[in-house]
Amino acid sequence: MPGPEEVDGTPGTDGQETPPVGEGRDSAGKGGQDRPRPEWSSRPLPSGVKKLRGGDSGPPGPAPDTVKSALVRPYAVTGGRTQPRYQLQIEAMVAASHYEVRDLSILGPEYQAILGFCRDWRSIAEISAVLRLPLGVARVLVADMAVDGLVRVHQIDHAHGRPDLNLLERVLSGLRKL
Amino acid sequence: MTSVKIVVAGGFGVGKTTFVGSVSEITPLTTEAVMTAASTDVDDLSYVPDKGTTTVAMDFGRLTLDAGLILYLFGTPGQHRFWFMWDDLINGAIGAVVIVDTRRLAESFPAVDYFEAAGLPFIIAINGFHGQFPYSVSDVKDALAVSPNVPILRCDARDRKSTKSTLISLVEHAMTMQMSTR
Repeated sequence: MPGPEEVDGTPGTDGQETPPVGEGRDSAGKGGQDRPRPEWSSRPLPSGVKKLRGGDSGPPGPAPDTVKSALVRPYAVTGGRTQPRYQLQIEAMVAASHYEVRDLSILGPEYQAILGFCRDWRSIAEISAVLRLPLGVARVLVADMAVDGLVRVHQIDHAHGRPDLNLLERVLSGLRKL
Repeated sequence: MTSVKIVVAGGFGVGKTTFVGSVSEITPLTTEAVMTAASTDVDDLSYVPDKGTTTVAMDFGRLTLDAGLILYLFGTPGQHRFWFMWDDLINGAIGAVVIVDTRRLAESFPAVDYFEAAGLPFIIAINGFHGQFPYSVSDVKDALAVSPNVPILRCDARDRKSTKSTLISLVEHAMTMQMSTR
């Protein structure tokens, strides 16, 4: 059992909503800067080109190669935190605590989903895949839930490197019996 | 409840997911890591030039080995720029199976280099497409220039028995390595 070490000072629920970016940019194209028209602008242009004039939004070429989406969004459910309260391996096993919580409805939908899914032992990877949470988000949520006593977490302490010989023996005999 | 993991690596389309799927007790699942999320476990992401988010998908499977022991098989994301995911994956792993397609051997070099540098036990599994192995094991050994004690074997990623015995070879190799470093 891992101890909840290095709990960071940030409370999980302080809801640091980052205001949506993008407000400032809208005015850019409408400013006076693009007033002076190049002389060819009075000439007939191929259709489509004209539309760009006011917007100043660049050529209608292929989209940028990386899809940029809002940074904040995947982590909205964690209050923007990307650091879990303690390190969880991707294969760490998670199970809902036996004493099922008094009133599940007070918990957020992600917590409820995780508790429902983890009636049996499931890994962080499975929680992420089945509940469609990005891996990092699943880690933050599960670490919080573990600190709050909602779930139990089992993971090997890898401070000593690789699984030891006893464990490897067990893996080997398990594989042979498959 | 104890869980362990094995990493399945190799170039794109070499049969990683097929390998995982043929032995897994569940249909392989996909977990997605958002690139910015990677900082949860990895020290250095500062080299990532792009401030936007990039999603990296990893397929994995699961095998219940005994009542209290589960083995996860994780396919590595193919692109080399996702090394940060590899660091996360190999942390505490038993070892890795590097699947190679002898027609595109060079695609396995990055994985081999990476595991060697990380000191992770690994074996090479030559995936015989359509049951064909145009090159001998020693040809592959020479071409990959891996240390002579790295096992190289043939497998059929579609065949459960074959993947199972590949995994057994890896675990045995990991044990040998651990005993030799004592």
